[in-house]
Amino acid sequence: MDLTRRGFLKLTAGTAVGAGALGFDTRPAEAAVPALKVSAARVSKNVCVYCSVSCGVLVYSQTDGSMNAKARAIHVEGNPDDPVNRGTLCPKGASIIDQINNPMRVTKPMHRKAGSSEYEETTWDFALDRIAKLIKETRDRGFQATDDKGQTVNRVVNMATVIGSQTGNEEGYLGVKLNRALGLVPLETPARI
Amino acid sequence: MSYLTSGSTTGLAIRRMSATKEPVLDIKDQEQLGILVDISSCTGCKACEVACIQWHDLNPPIATEEELRENGFSYQSAPDLAANLFMLMKYQEAETDRGWTWFITKRQCMHCDDPGCLTACPSPGAIVQYANGVVDFDQSKCIGCGMCRTGCPFDIPRYDANDHPFKCNFCLDRVGNGLVPACAKACPTNALHFGTRADMVELGHKVVAGLKDRGFPNAALYDSAGVGGAGYVYALPHGDKVEHYGDLPKDPAISSLVHLWKGPLKWIGGAAILGSIAAMFMHLVTAGPKTVEAHGKEE
Repeated sequence: MDLTRRGFLKLTAGTAVGAGALGFDTRPAEAAVPALKVSAARVSKNVCVYCSVSCGVLVYSQTDGSMNAKARAIHVEGNPDDPVNRGTLCPKGASIIDQINNPMRVTKPMHRKAGSSEYEETTWDFALDRIAKLIKETRDRGFQATDDKGQTVNRVVNMATVIGSQTGNEEGYLGVKLNRALGLVPLETPARI
Repeated sequence: MSYLTSGSTTGLAIRRMSATKEPVLDIKDQEQLGILVDISSCTGCKACEVACIQWHDLNPPIATEEELRENGFSYQSAPDLAANLFMLMKYQEAETDRGWTWFITKRQCMHCDDPGCLTACPSPGAIVQYANGVVDFDQSKCIGCGMCRTGCPFDIPRYDANDHPFKCNFCLDRVGNGLVPACAKACPTNALHFGTRADMVELGHKVVAGLKDRGFPNAALYDSAGVGGAGYVYALPHGDKVEHYGDLPKDPAISSLVHLWKGPLKWIGGAAILGSIAAMFMHLVTAGPKTVEAHGKEE
């Protein structure tokens, strides 16, 4: 296109007049409501991992449930139906999405062999058998049937247990039962450590 | 009685737009929204800040140890607001008649009734005030002049690398869809109350009266009267020491320079331009066109 200076000026002026006549209406109007980023997300109820308060959280994940759509958490909010927190969250709970999407997150049982400095992936079968065996060995070494005064105590003095913070009544009951049956005295949750 | 409304039926009604003078005709009647920050109930846990960051998909820089040291080992997570940090909890320690006290403040856009940013903005439609009182930026219409921060009495807008301003938008997507703003939902001590502004002012007066009964004689409601009242209302336990609450100005008002610039100076400037054009025309009429004498070149 051969454009002279005069022609270019004419074209520019023409475009400006045309744009003014055709539109660019600056009159205030109604604006569309911005779309909610979680409107198409799947909501699942869960419990915050951090402390023993066990706040209920709603995890919004971006998937329609189809086989090829890999669910990924996009937002976390407090669960309003949960009587513990009634929709609120503390800063740790509010940032829990970074825990869910953390690339460093451990999702499989890991085993560091004696003398090794590296963790290796292992299976749940191996891990549970190994833990059971070590608990038995340690308990046998540290079990006291009577104390110095000869009173029956039946306790294990060389072990302690940390029970998950987010366990409910029933799991907590079972955990205490198991550990007391072994004779453990100190029971803790990660929340206070 | 006041009603909370969402953006149903016809969308969000607009009350005002920057650099636009058309009167607003709207069928919808929406109450101005508000959040009451009851600082006496706030523990400074920063849940609001985290919820804000998460809802808006922000990734603000984490303060380094040096930055924290410069701030006097404050509990703040960042030294200042940023383009990707819409709200920040500010912490300051100061002496009161009850001994040393923490002055905790939630700092973000106040959503003024008479927004200084909107008054100062020269780009049509770049700053919008909706009928529900929310002031929002439309970055696509922004020309990056930086006047919004000059006009803001609270010094809130922060600019990204393209000089486009960003700030709290009162979770317009959430309130437009009938949800509570992310910060107000997360608050675990119920220090943030969300509702219509009228209700929040009423509740704020009740909180202040309660504080006065409980031995805070200087408790006061911070209601930004200089900007016509704001969407954010603060119940301050130590109302006589406003200056310690983050960067809250004692009496917020739009700078008179902005009014001068947008008012008389605009007309004077326009008149000067038109005057010079008229003078040029008169010169053409009276003195005639300038003739160039041909010299050194033969036709």
